[in-house]
Amino acid sequence: MSDAGTVASARVRKHPPAAWHVATVADSRPETPTARRIELDVPTWPGNDAGSHLDVRLTAPDGYQATRSYSIASAGAGTRVVLAVDELPDGEVSPFLVHDLQPGDKLELHGPLGAFFVWTPPDVDEAPRPVQLIAGGSGVVPLYAMAAAHAAAGDATEFRLLYSVRTPEDVFFRDELAALAAAQPSLQLDFVYTRRVPDGWSAPAGRVTKDVLDAATVAAASRPLVYVCGPTPFVEAVAGWLIDAGHRPGDVRTERFGGS
Amino acid sequence: MTKLDGNVLAGRLTDALGWDATAADARCATCGAHGAIAVAVVYLTAMGAVARCPHCDSVLATFVESDGGRVWFGMPGISALEVTH
Repeated sequence: MSDAGTVASARVRKHPPAAWHVATVADSRPETPTARRIELDVPTWPGNDAGSHLDVRLTAPDGYQATRSYSIASAGAGTRVVLAVDELPDGEVSPFLVHDLQPGDKLELHGPLGAFFVWTPPDVDEAPRPVQLIAGGSGVVPLYAMAAAHAAAGDATEFRLLYSVRTPEDVFFRDELAALAAAQPSLQLDFVYTRRVPDGWSAPAGRVTKDVLDAATVAAASRPLVYVCGPTPFVEAVAGWLIDAGHRPGDVRTERFGGS
Repeated sequence: MTKLDGNVLAGRLTDALGWDATAADARCATCGAHGAIAVAVVYLTAMGAVARCPHCDSVLATFVESDGGRVWFGMPGISALEVTH
């Protein structure tokens, strides 16, 4: 193999191949007052990178199809795939997934998907970089997968999650995140509550601002990889402030969601 | 109409091209800017998806979804797409 070939193969990561699968619902339970955690058994699943998503396709009896994308909360090998779906009351697919889907039901899905908004542990010959995760609401789902993959890899790289959420009850993966942070000194959690704060919380309720971002994220001088996921206005505001703060555009990876 | 980004095209691109091009670099035929497909601005409607250049707003690619799983896929505004072997 030539030197050039070695360089290229180090740069190009292979992702598990995407395909259409039939999943069986193994479990569905409340995650927050508006969301459910749905666990799927997918016998043909090839595993997935942390941060990737899948498309769920529902077909009505008359043949009408609706396809929506959902981030995957699980990562790595294995055929158990975990979703956490927030209900959008006007949505076409999420109310069905939250209210009607029962264990034993079958779902048609396409995945794993996404080669851009994924995090993989650094290769042995690769200098590790700190990672800053920034979540708005249910945008935490792929970022939780990254934090869990970081812990599973025993990676000592600095990892920080800034999580903007309405109230303490709306926190996704609350117990799991607390357990990860307790077991993993390199993971730091920072919460911003936009509507109601927990008892004894020092800051008033309010949105993420440029000042919050500067105070509670890895500084641009440390050259972190930054992953931002949330509703479109949240992602656009945060990404703009990050660039203003000196982060390089190529180091800021974004994923927007909305209306499903 | 929902405003999203190119990440949401991963499944559609895999169906159309056979590989997930969301991390691939694409060049806008109108303004010459380039970047990952994932950072394109994507609008979803019941008819399909339109991807626009985040710099000049020109249409990069369109997916029109028809009955029976038929999709019309066009890339009228991409002058080059990075393909890695």
